[in-house]
Amino acid sequence: MALDRWIALIMLGICLTYGYTAWFTMDAGLAPFMRQNPVWPSSFPKLLSIASVLVLFFILCGFEKSEQRALDVDYRRLHEYRLGPAAALLSLMVAYALCLRPLGFLFSTAGFLIIGSFILGERKWHIMVPVSLITAAVVWYLIQKVLGIYLRPLPGLLRN
Amino acid sequence: MLEGFLVGLQTAFSLQNLLMVVAGCLIGTFIGMLPGLGPMSIIAIMIPLVISLGDPAAALILLAGVYYGAIFGGSTSSILLNAPGVAGTVASSFDGYPLARQGKAGKALTIAAVASFAGGTIGAILLMIFAPALASVALLFHSAEYFALMVVGLSAIAAFAGKGQVAKAIMMTLLGLIMATVGEGALFNLPRFTMGILDLQSGFGFITLAMAMFALPEALMLVLKPKDLKADDDTIKELRITRSEAKAIAPVIGRQSVQGFFIGVLPGAGATIASFLGYAVERNIASKEQQKEFGKGSIKGLAAPEAANNAACTGSFVPLLTLGIPGSGTTAILLGALIALNIAPGPRLMIDAPQVFWAVIMSMFIGNLILLILNLPLIPYIAKILTIPRNYLIPFILFFTLMGAYIGQNNATELLILVAFGICATVLKFADYPLAPLLIGFILGGMMEDNFARSMQLYDGISFIWQRPMTFCLLAIAALLIILPSYRERRTKTRTVAISDGD
Repeated sequence: MALDRWIALIMLGICLTYGYTAWFTMDAGLAPFMRQNPVWPSSFPKLLSIASVLVLFFILCGFEKSEQRALDVDYRRLHEYRLGPAAALLSLMVAYALCLRPLGFLFSTAGFLIIGSFILGERKWHIMVPVSLITAAVVWYLIQKVLGIYLRPLPGLLRN
Repeated sequence: MLEGFLVGLQTAFSLQNLLMVVAGCLIGTFIGMLPGLGPMSIIAIMIPLVISLGDPAAALILLAGVYYGAIFGGSTSSILLNAPGVAGTVASSFDGYPLARQGKAGKALTIAAVASFAGGTIGAILLMIFAPALASVALLFHSAEYFALMVVGLSAIAAFAGKGQVAKAIMMTLLGLIMATVGEGALFNLPRFTMGILDLQSGFGFITLAMAMFALPEALMLVLKPKDLKADDDTIKELRITRSEAKAIAPVIGRQSVQGFFIGVLPGAGATIASFLGYAVERNIASKEQQKEFGKGSIKGLAAPEAANNAACTGSFVPLLTLGIPGSGTTAILLGALIALNIAPGPRLMIDAPQVFWAVIMSMFIGNLILLILNLPLIPYIAKILTIPRNYLIPFILFFTLMGAYIGQNNATELLILVAFGICATVLKFADYPLAPLLIGFILGGMMEDNFARSMQLYDGISFIWQRPMTFCLLAIAALLIILPSYRERRTKTRTVAISDGD
């Protein structure tokens, strides 16, 4: 079975759960006066659940032949792609999200940019480090001072 | 109308807004030039910034500038590198790149600039004529018609944008609508589908979703499939076009500007379809000898898609500004930004906020002029940006995506949601599911449910569908659009270069 139909199967699971919630469990907590209303909070989700289950069956049964055409991306040639760096960058983004508060904005950002370009094969440290540090400082200034959104610049330990 | 026109002129010519146009055009041109990055990514990244501007007119002017700047910039990389930055400029590379190979890169860029300028300007004039007319008709619509109209819009987007796979596109639209129901609805203050997670109480973040759907997968694709891009010749000279060449392309530009505009107005059929269709039409009506030149460096073959795609960009503002229904991914993001700024685009926009409506149209004229003035002499220098190494570019794009999501919600958990959605979006991209319908469905979901609920209450049930003839007709059209997917095959083969999906 092709990837798109596997995904359709997963989506079917999600939509069935969604539909079950909409049809059977959601209305339990509805206040009595709202039951007089012709439209309930669950009305629109109910429609959506029916429509999406129908469409998903349509995709799963393969009624619509997917044409063989030169795709921009092809999962069958996945091994030819540079999966390692992509996965490393995604992990780096997760690490950045987790470090943003404890390490502070300046360190996390400079680290993210340096490690990011390192993952992609850059080795010119004399360019990487200053560019990353300057970017981190400038963006922090813009967000903190111009937009007025608080970002802790330094690690929590260093303050107080 | 004249009054609104003057108010718009006054707003558009304020110093701040002039700066916005210039900044938008420059940013758009730079980003559009980078292969693989489309207007949608950059507009998504810029939303937190424009929301903090606080002025809807300035915000829309800036984002609109980015939009047509990106289409303009995309043609530069199409011509010089045969690597379109934006799907809407793929057709420009058919004849633009051969021209550049013949050493006529300067001439090709000039033709592209002039054709884009003419397309954008003619499009803006048509927008000025048609938008008010459509808005006055739309004022007669009730919530039932609005609901039906949104169904039509979403079906059309699924039918046109699905690349022949309508079921998948419909599914993505439905998924967007489903995601929009998470959190508290406006009509009933009940949390729905939050699974007990407090962060989901207010629903999914629109900015996070927009970045995860477009910016992140595009950046990841640049990592997964790196391309060696080298311009053949660094020197770009001879920017002039001769009088006979100007005479040859003038009617082409005129025709394609008008045709492109009307294609742009249709939901789902944006700059990409307009440019391919424009190219095909001009090839078919050209004389036998000229037909042979198409694909080998015909100036007509370059002027046609360039005029058409810019006119279509302008045309796509018509449904956005008059009905509040976006026809493409980019205008959907613009709609999201406007709602965040407390402006509800729709037929009342012209009455309630004429300065926004007219200032945007006026800024289109200014923007097109600025693009022409800025880009003609600067083209050789701007093209240098194509040499920025990927190793620096990609971490920066990822960083700005993260920052956008963070600023929007001020919450580090949002970054994890962004990465998770980004991975899902990349997988969906691999499985050939179109992503733009999902975002459009998500943005329209709230409004659609509100209108649905209002009509249900007015008619005490679902009977509004057959009691209002117009609603019934619109829903019938929507059904037809899904059953008869007319644009099943796109004539031109999909190219394997890194292009951004949608426009």
